[in-house]
This record gives sequence, C-alpha cells and structure tokens, in this order.
Amino acid sequence: MGSHGIKDQVAIIGMGCTPFTEHWDKSLDDLIIDAAHATYASAGIAQEQVDAFWFGTSQSAASGLAMGGPLKIHGKPVTRVENYCTTGSEAMRNAAYAVASGAYDVVMALGAEKVKDGGYQGLNAFPIPTDGTQRTLTAAGMFSLILPAYAEKFGVDEDEIRYAVAKIAEKNHFNGARNPLAQFRRETSAEQICQMAAVAGRLSVFDCAGVADGAAAVIMCRAEDAHKYTDDALYVKALSFVAGTGAGSLDPEYDYTTLPECKWAADDAYAQAGVTSPRDEIAVAEVHDCFTPTELVLMEDLGFSDPGQAWQDVLDGAFALDGRLPVNSDGGLKAFGHPVGASGLRMLYEIWLQLRGEAPEERRIADHGRKLGLVHNLGGYPGEMVSFVGIYGTKLG
Amino acid sequence: MRGIIGVGGHVPHHRLDRSEVAAFFGKGGGRGQRAVASYDEDTTTMGAAAARRALASAPGVSPASLWFSTSTPAYLEKTNATTIHASLRLGPSVDALDFGGALRSGAGALRTALTAGGPTLVVAADQRDGLATSSDEVAGGDGAAAILVGDAADGPVIAEYLGCGIATDEFLERWRVPGAARSRSWEERFGEVTYGPLMTDAWEAALAATGLGVDDIDRLAVAGTHARAVSRNARRLGVADDRRIDDLSGTVGNLGTAHPLAVLTAALETASPGETIALMTLADGVEVMVLRTTDAIADFAPARSIAEQIATGGSISYAQFLSWRGLVAVEPPNRPLPNRPSAAASHRRDDWKFGFVGSRDRSTGMIHLPPARVSEKGGAVDDMEPVPMAETPGTVVSFTIDKLVYSPSPPVVFAVVDFDGGGRAPLELADCGPDEVEIGLRVEPTFRRLFTADEIHNYFWKVQPVRSSE
Repeated sequence: MGSHGIKDQVAIIGMGCTPFTEHWDKSLDDLIIDAAHATYASAGIAQEQVDAFWFGTSQSAASGLAMGGPLKIHGKPVTRVENYCTTGSEAMRNAAYAVASGAYDVVMALGAEKVKDGGYQGLNAFPIPTDGTQRTLTAAGMFSLILPAYAEKFGVDEDEIRYAVAKIAEKNHFNGARNPLAQFRRETSAEQICQMAAVAGRLSVFDCAGVADGAAAVIMCRAEDAHKYTDDALYVKALSFVAGTGAGSLDPEYDYTTLPECKWAADDAYAQAGVTSPRDEIAVAEVHDCFTPTELVLMEDLGFSDPGQAWQDVLDGAFALDGRLPVNSDGGLKAFGHPVGASGLRMLYEIWLQLRGEAPEERRIADHGRKLGLVHNLGGYPGEMVSFVGIYGTKLG
Repeated sequence: MRGIIGVGGHVPHHRLDRSEVAAFFGKGGGRGQRAVASYDEDTTTMGAAAARRALASAPGVSPASLWFSTSTPAYLEKTNATTIHASLRLGPSVDALDFGGALRSGAGALRTALTAGGPTLVVAADQRDGLATSSDEVAGGDGAAAILVGDAADGPVIAEYLGCGIATDEFLERWRVPGAARSRSWEERFGEVTYGPLMTDAWEAALAATGLGVDDIDRLAVAGTHARAVSRNARRLGVADDRRIDDLSGTVGNLGTAHPLAVLTAALETASPGETIALMTLADGVEVMVLRTTDAIADFAPARSIAEQIATGGSISYAQFLSWRGLVAVEPPNRPLPNRPSAAASHRRDDWKFGFVGSRDRSTGMIHLPPARVSEKGGAVDDMEPVPMAETPGTVVSFTIDKLVYSPSPPVVFAVVDFDGGGRAPLELADCGPDEVEIGLRVEPTFRRLFTADEIHNYFWKVQPVRSSE
C-alpha cells in the first residue's frame, strides 16, 4: 500500500491553449478542434499517432463523443472526465497513468468549457434531484468565509487582510496584462478593488475568477520515448489528488483558514517528487486563485508561507513575477479566466512555457536555478473540496 | 376535566408601521403596527413555530391529533398539517388534518377539540392580505397560534373548558374566491347590524350552558374581522371595558383564522388561577367558548410568550412589505431559478428536512448534519443514533453576505453554525439583516420555506438570532 507516484516515467511533448475569453463566435467543437490541433503542432505529430484520449469538461457536454465527434477520432478510446474545477487536471492525471502503465504509447488529455452560452453570469451546476436541503450559497460566498475567520485566527485587522487579498488580484491582473491569451489584460490596483462594491462578504467581482470559454490540451508519452518527438520535453515528477469528505461543513474543528485537502495533496506530491523545501525547489507555481482569499491560504497550505504569514508575504511581493516564488505568472484564474474543464491544463501550459523558456519576455520568470514547476488545482469549497497537485521538471532524475 | 394544557403563539419578527402607508400613498394606513411574515414564512411554517412553542409549554405531553386551520394554505389537496406534523417529529399514528378555507375554522377546530377526546394540538395560522391602502392591508396581520387540548390525565389542565354558545347564520359579509389577491366585503353597516343579534344569542346561550351570569365573566375576548361589530356590539354584552382582553389589533393585527386562538393564547400566558374567560368569535355567525383557569396555571411557563415576541420585533419598510407580498415586482438576481426538490429524495430524509434530525456516531459521539451512515471520524458504519437539533441553540463561527446567489429576497445572510453540545451546519440566517450578523452571534433553528420551484414549496431549517426583551 502506498502512493508511489510515477516520477520520471511520463514526458509531456506538446501543449496547446486557446485564448480564454467570451468566445461568442466559437462553439465547444471549435474550441476542442483549435486546442487539439495546436497541441498536435506543438508535439509535431498527427492525430492518428495518438493512441487514447481523455476529455475533461464539467458542464459543457457529456461522454467521449463530445471530443471524438468534432475531431473525427476513429477507432480510439475517448474517456470523458469530470471532477469539478479540477476536471482538466484529472483528465491529464488519468492519461499520464495510462502511459505509465504501458497500456498506450501516446495519449492526449484535453479540457474544454463553453460557459458563455448559458445566459447567466458565473457558473451554474447541473440540476441533480435532491431533497432541497443543500446549501444555496455561491462559490464566492463560500470562499468569502475565509476572510473574517483568517483575521480572527491570526489577530490581523480585517481591513488589512482585505487589502492583502486585493494585492493578489492586482498581481494577477499585472501578469494577465502580459499574456495575449488572457481574458483580462488590464492592470488594476488593490486600492481600486477595495473601493468596489462587495458582492459576497467583503469580496468584489474583481476578487473573483474571470468566467471565460476556452480549451487546452497536452500530449504525453513514456519518458524514454520523448526523444523521438522533442529535445525539450517536460517530465512528470508528481501527480497527487485528494477528494475530501465535506468534513469542514460538519466538523466544528475546521476553522476556514486552511484547505486541508490541498495540504494533503501537496504533501503527497512533494513526497512523490522528493521535494523537501518547496520554497527552495519550486521555480514557479500555478495555483487555483478562484477567489483572492483562496490564493492567500494556498500559499500556506502549499508550504510557500508560514501559517499566518501569507498576507505579509503577499504585501512584500514574494509571489510577484520578480518575487522569490512567482505565482500565477500567466494571470491565474483571476485574469486568464476560468473555463472550468480547461483550467487545470491551462495551468500546466504556463509551466510548460516558463520552465522551457518559452514564456513571453515581459512575463518570463527570472532563473534562480530552480528547475521545478507546480500546478495546484481545486474544485469545491472551503471544507468540502477536491484538490490536485502536479509537479513537473525539465530534467530527469 | 378537559381543557387547555399548553399554548404557543408565533408573531413574525417583522412589523410594518401603519403610518408608512399614508406616508407613501397619501392615504390609507392608520396607527400602530401589524406583523408581517417574512418572505420565507407561510402559514405552514408559522403554524409549525407556534406548535413547537405549545408543545414546549407542556413538557411530556404528546398529542394524538394535529389539526391545522388556515384561510391561506400553502397547498390545496395536499395536507399542510403533515408538514407541521413532520417538523414536530410526531409519530405516524398521530393524525394530521387541515381545517381549511373559512375564517371560522380556527375557532371551530378549537371548540371541536375541547368537546372531543384525546390530546389534540390545534394550530391556526393566517397571512392577511389586502390591496395597497385598503383597510384590510393594515388591519390584518400575519401569525399563528397553537393550543394543546386534553384531559387532566394527559397533563396539567391550565384552563378548564366550561361550555359554549353558538349562533349560525348564512349571510354575505366577507368573502374571497380561491386565488384572489384580496377579500371583499359588503357595506359595513350590514355586518354590524347582522352580527348584533347573533352575538347576543350566542352569548346568552353560553351563559345558559355554563350556568354563569355576566358578572361571573372575569375577562372577555372578542375576535372577528368586522371591526365595528367587534368594538361596538360587544359593549352591549354587559362586560365592562376594563375586563376586555387586548385583541392585539394595535401590535399584531387581525390574524384571521388564527385570531381567536392568538388572543386566547396571549391572555392565558399572563392569566392567574380562577379567571373565567369568554372567547367570542365573529365569523359567519358567532360562537362563544367559556374557560376557567386552574391552579395549574400558576406554574405554567410559556415557551416564548406573545408579549415577548411583540416586544422584540423589528420594523420593515413599506416598500419591503409590498415586494414580499408580490404587490411590487422587484428585479430578481439574474441567476437561474433553483431546481424543484425531489419528492422521493425529500421523503427519504423527512427526519432531516422537516425535523432537523442529525445523527450521532455512538463510538465517537460526533454529530453529523445531515445524518450520515459512515462516521467522519473512526469510520464506523451504520452505528449512529438520531439526534434532534431543532431545539438546540448555536453560535455563528463565520458568516458572509451573498448578493449574487438566487434568493426570493436578496441578499442571503449565511453563517457557519456550531451547535451547543456539538454539530456544525452551514445555514441561512432568517430575520437577520446584513448588519446584525457577527461572529459569536447566538442563533436557534427555525423552520422556513426556502423557495418555491415548479409549485413545490421547499421547506427546510434556517437559524435566527436568539432574541430576548431582557
């Protein structure tokens, strides 16, 4: 028994990502086709060379037919994956395991979401028949519970915490402004955000992820085969995943200042990858900044800040492009936008660009000699969530 | 000896100052306040609140029947009393019946219980509507009362039933067709004149039936929607004004079907032993019930008296009142409407949905809300016992105000609540403004209607601030 990981067994040989935006002129099929063919081009292979496909979408379609149909994939397996906002990461994780198992030589994972055809702002869940007693809050409302709890636990003035999380939005907008694929490409200041009307707790709409259509994909093969396709592969160092039990909603010991599922996933990923000091070994991290308080507490849960110190590290610029550990250098969910099924693969796309030196110069991270990139992706709410952590590197060993 | 064993009233938290009507329209309104049901209350939830208090006032007494009267039922065809029954966690052998439609049905159900057998919980609730600036709009009120009737063998009788007088007549004084937004009435003098002799007949019949004289009646309550008949005609009965019981019209308003029960409840909550009380109800005829308080009433402790509820109310604006009543359409959040709850899924979890019953793991003692089969800690399977939480107060440990989510009346005030003695649940706050909520706020469960979808009312529990006049 144990979580052993597949360190250095699987190589990423190509990636593609569409712009994330309100694609009024593109269908789900268009987004799938655009992302898939960008990824074939990146890997330098044809669709026929891919042996199996994983398709992640949360709410835009059902079954593998939704990918196999538009791409005309003949005689191959296409598996539809759904796991809340970690859907894209889950498609990738399961595809990677299929390669590591030896079942297939070359696989593709593609995540796509078409959210702007629904007629309402924000995300809307599928109707599942229930007894009607479920919580009715928005995700923004649920994540807004973090601020007063965090302020109370660490004895920090709530206005200071509110300003600190606005600085997270400011940073991610700064980065998004340097990303041609991002939904929001305008800088904004923490001061401006603090003056906006609150929509959930202390949070304004600028504390929330952008809602966008988009798709992203990855092609992987066994690590020993990578040289057949590229001299510049990225290697999977760790893939971890934790599904919670909803304990935070029923256990009075949970205090809304931490996301335990994320911490557990990170601990497992660090063990798989052999990372002992994430702050000294991770060069760049893409984390699930669905709302600004989420990124704040993630800095502590991922080990980038000490407990109760993340707000101070944020104010000190520790996670800015030129900080000690750049976080969400592509703008994150906040500025890049959040097409649910695509977001996990979009995060990996940024690691792919940054670690291989392909990120545009205006947002390229400095070389501190660290060789690993981290993707953190979650779905659900504080106290009841699923969480993914992936670690990737450019070198074997 | 048969009589009343317990009483409970429910006056909604929100009060409309009647002067606001004239301030807005330049006419209408009046003096004093009326009680207003919140957007998440209906006659079923208000009846449930009153019924809980009536049962709490008579510890250890279990009703064999639950009768529910209202002229504004949440459902037709489907019995509303079963929802109250489920919220009280009464057993399947306890029957639950609706006495619907007519304003008379509240007093009639009470008198029937007093003359029948077995412990019977009589519940009445109404939501009184009228078009803007009408006298019904301000004279009416929303609320409920519940009276537990039984024999001395069932529990201590606090007011013995002595007898009644009845005068029935068919005449068109007040009426409403099903689905109509307002009631109609004939010209005022017709009712006043017609009720006069009926009141006298019923009064004399009651005195004859009980062998009492007018001077033996210590206190008189008169309930009815015809204000002049109630105030003027009653003076001719020979009972001095200082023996008249406050009919709550200045503070709560006329509660329709529930009115006689509410006035009697408020009177009994402050009564002393040995008081002879006459309750006269005017509704398509007149009936008079006569009761006498016993020594047991000296030890009677109401769960939360009507007087206490009147003292702790909060005001709402006339604009809010009009929007809650659907008389002014307010822009809703641009969000999809909630799904209708599943009848099958709801029925499987009646205990949780209607009774707020969680489960406690026998090995660790951890309380699970909603009830679970597998323990969160220790992993024990199917080793839980039910744990009723409806009477357990709790404390807000975190909260938020959600202006984005769908609600019949945004914004949603929402809190994570840790209950005294264990158990946590994220729940909506009822009757609590965004400025009132804070970490540490003391709250208690309250049965509400979350929303209505596809003509299905979705009932479940929220929490409300614990309020006290002290």
